[in-house]
Amino acid sequence: MGWIRAKRWSPYLVGALIGVLSWFSFAVSQKPLGVSTAFVRAAGLAERAVAPGHVARNAYFQSKTPKIDWGVMLVAGILLGAFTAAKLSESYRVERVPDLWAARFGPAVWKRYLAAFLGGLILVFGARLAGGCTSGHAISGGLQLAVSGWLFIGAVFAAGIVTALALFGREVSHV
Amino acid sequence: MFDPITRLALGLVTGFLFGFLLQKGRLTNYRTIVGQFLLRDFTVLKVMMTAIVVGSIGVYAMRDLGLVELHIKPAVVWSVLVGGLVFGVGMALLGYCPGTAVGAIGEGSRHAVPGLLGMLAGAALYAELHVPLQGWLGGWNLGKVTLAELTGTSPWLWIAGLAVGAVGLFALIEWYERRINGQVRCQASQRPERVTSSQSLPGTPVGV
Repeated sequence: MGWIRAKRWSPYLVGALIGVLSWFSFAVSQKPLGVSTAFVRAAGLAERAVAPGHVARNAYFQSKTPKIDWGVMLVAGILLGAFTAAKLSESYRVERVPDLWAARFGPAVWKRYLAAFLGGLILVFGARLAGGCTSGHAISGGLQLAVSGWLFIGAVFAAGIVTALALFGREVSHV
Repeated sequence: MFDPITRLALGLVTGFLFGFLLQKGRLTNYRTIVGQFLLRDFTVLKVMMTAIVVGSIGVYAMRDLGLVELHIKPAVVWSVLVGGLVFGVGMALLGYCPGTAVGAIGEGSRHAVPGLLGMLAGAALYAELHVPLQGWLGGWNLGKVTLAELTGTSPWLWIAGLAVGAVGLFALIEWYERRINGQVRCQASQRPERVTSSQSLPGTPVGV
């Protein structure tokens, strides 16, 4: 059982198994893998606790009803699955500021947390505008040969490369 | 408020396996995602392209047997392109995509927690702006269309092309990774302090 404790599996093996997992998801759940809609449902649930009338009037929350569904449980499962894998391989590690970030922007925790918050906000705003994220558009859309999925993949890589190079330049990437 | 319990359990099991695989693939690691965009670590591309090729074979085979239906998202061209660009900026800044950020929290990356709060804020903000944004960017809609349908060709032709293209891409990537890793070693040996710093970093991928 050494393989289950390995720190890293070949990316090709992991990719192939995610492909097989998507067969399972289509066949058993009648759903492609997708993550970002769950954030709309969760945000809607939180917002409804404070301002129920506002959520009820919102057109977007009417199409993506705030509720605990298959997709929200999928996200909860990701948390548990990654935790289990990290514990099994003893790679669970508290990280407040990644090394690569610290080498470029210093060790200040607040700076990294602020960037992570803004990054997360921009990320899911973009995902909802596009109608999906890396799993729903890129992997699930890509494997179904969806035009939308392949447009999304191209746009994400273009913007991601430009942004990462603008943030880090080429020299720190050796760190 | 809740879907039926079997659906919820199915979602949890699927997610567990997904999260397990993302962690084993090191995709829940900040360095892996940012390294991909810096064109120094191609793990993301390797996993994504393999998943797409393997996934497409099974899903289209099951569809041909009448076992499953496709779930295609509409190609609303400007929304998808602008959304994808915005998403790419956010992904480079956060260092994760939505699924891998959640997985990163599971392996102890505390900075992914403010990332998660930001993602919820982003979802709430989008909900407020959905109607006007749809008005501005939603005009050009090709519909729920696949590359095969758009070109009037067989999906299997595309899948075969993707498989061949992926193998070629992987060969190129492996060659390129060997080349840049060789370069890093050369530069490092000229500057001894770099050797120790790069060797002591815990996130350095195996084999580098």
